[in-house]
Amino acid sequence: MHRCPNRLTLRAWLTLAAVLAIGGGAAPEARAALQIEITSGVRDPIPIAIVPFAPASPADGGLDVAGVVQHDLEGSGRFRALPRERMPATPTRAEAISAADWKGVGSDYVAVGRLAVLENGTLAVDFDLVNTLTGVRLATQRFTGPASALRNAAHRVSDAIYQKILGVRGAFATRIAYVSIDGAPPAQHYQLIVADADGENAHLILDSRFPIMSPAWSPDGQWLAYVSFESKLSGVYVQRVRTGERSLVSARAGINGAPAWSPDGRKLALTLGGSNGNPDIYVLDLTTQGLTRITDDPAIDTEPEWAPDGRSLYFTSDRAGSPQIYQISASGGRPKRITFEGNYNARPRVSADGSTLAMVTLDGGGYRIAVQDLATGAVRVLSHGHLDESPSFAPNGATLLYSQRESSRGTLATISVDGLTGLRLKAQQAAVCDPAWGPFGT
Amino acid sequence: MAEQRSINQILALLVVALGLTLGGCGSKPVKPAPSTAQTESNAGAQSEGANAANAAGGGVAGNQDETTGPQAGLLATRIVYFDFDSAVIQGAGVDVVAAHAKYLAANPQARVRLEGNTDERGSREYNIGLGDRRAQSVRRALLLQGVAEGQLTTVSYGEERPADPGHDEAAWAKNRRVEIVYLTPAGQPAVPAKP
Repeated sequence: MHRCPNRLTLRAWLTLAAVLAIGGGAAPEARAALQIEITSGVRDPIPIAIVPFAPASPADGGLDVAGVVQHDLEGSGRFRALPRERMPATPTRAEAISAADWKGVGSDYVAVGRLAVLENGTLAVDFDLVNTLTGVRLATQRFTGPASALRNAAHRVSDAIYQKILGVRGAFATRIAYVSIDGAPPAQHYQLIVADADGENAHLILDSRFPIMSPAWSPDGQWLAYVSFESKLSGVYVQRVRTGERSLVSARAGINGAPAWSPDGRKLALTLGGSNGNPDIYVLDLTTQGLTRITDDPAIDTEPEWAPDGRSLYFTSDRAGSPQIYQISASGGRPKRITFEGNYNARPRVSADGSTLAMVTLDGGGYRIAVQDLATGAVRVLSHGHLDESPSFAPNGATLLYSQRESSRGTLATISVDGLTGLRLKAQQAAVCDPAWGPFGT
Repeated sequence: MAEQRSINQILALLVVALGLTLGGCGSKPVKPAPSTAQTESNAGAQSEGANAANAAGGGVAGNQDETTGPQAGLLATRIVYFDFDSAVIQGAGVDVVAAHAKYLAANPQARVRLEGNTDERGSREYNIGLGDRRAQSVRRALLLQGVAEGQLTTVSYGEERPADPGHDEAAWAKNRRVEIVYLTPAGQPAVPAKP
């Protein structure tokens, strides 16, 4: 409908690979630098001017905070930023904004800001947001933190602007995890990577010659659970993102897969197959190591996902012949079928407010990302690829991150739940897949 | 080996330094000990893998667990192929499984790992389930033909380890498979495979 393909290249390049290369040829590198392209945006993006913030050099390390904010907002597909060369002035405080001048160059909103080093050595980022049509100041906010967190502070400015103008909390100051795969069979190379939601600031979490899959964030964003085949058999690990500390929580016979954290962070739902090959859903208590069987059916039961209230689980099962999504009490019992349209619905993910189910659906010959309204049952197919997989909700529920196959290589993409805006996040060298969008920061 | 270790240390320092420079979280990457070659086709890489695993000195131990296994006649064929959305052994696969069943039943010390795989279509974890179903199909056929349970382990890699990286039906047909991988007999030390 309001699809307006444009090809704005925002150049979210990763520098980690280049820096790590200094360390020598044997050092593993995060190969999956992501570059963002807007593939569809709203027809009339909101015109906004993000004026360069007053720097605090050298403490700010030369980071262009306004540039990061502009990148975020344009990347959402909802905003169009005024090029700097067309700015009538470069105010850094709301008081210095002449609303008429900005209205004259077509900007409905102006954001200005400044950086300062505080007495304790931390950096403060102050910004003001003004509506040029009314002259009203919509926001004045300060974010403080160490210089190393300045990029995160910039994303928080983006979040605040997004919320003030659109009424929805932004998800720019969040992180994503994904898997990159390069090399040809049988010498593939797998990496688990964590990056900011804009693809920047990528960190290598795990490097392996054997598959890594299904990264899942703990609710506090401190831990990742994932499946690694580094022993050649499957194992579910949990790893603290900051330190790399990790433990193997399940390496039972057969499948150990599809970890999902309970909303309280104390339990993992898992798929266990057993030596006789009967994949069912289990819940592992991370404190007591106690294991509770949730489903017991000869079919494939997998891909558990907790309802936000922690009282039930969604999962994929082919007990009726083809994969469909079911819901079951977190204490077990009789599952209820949730999806009925088509003969392939898998990989359920639920929005944080519990209202919407995202899934992979087979639609017109392609595997695509669809959402189902859990109250009405209405299904909408959002994506248009042939091999779209692994949908993951942004914590604000407005956007889905997923993987797609594009001209023989895996890339990541986003689509807004209203279907209006989309992005592609493409790695330069490796195929990337299996994304997971982390929670809001604290 | 010493060189390998020092590179790992340098890497760890670099990543910590990076974390400080770039801000955010300085995640220390965990590199699992490199494992041995995954198939007989590149068995020559095994000793190198073992050295690297020793040098890395920790983590999950590399599996120095594969052998060339028997090569006579049909036993040299280690792959059983499947139709789309099927775990039924058919055609040439029936004879391949029968040959391995006969060998394994006659050689109770021999062990194999059955690695199930799918093509790339559909959801990843669901495909792990489908690959497991294929591995189990071969396992059950072997058990029915006199192989002991203790000789068999299964794993499903789903769509994660394609044999053919292509994206058409020809590639998918090669990827819907179970690989029969011979392992070092139980209780014996690992023996590097002959190249």
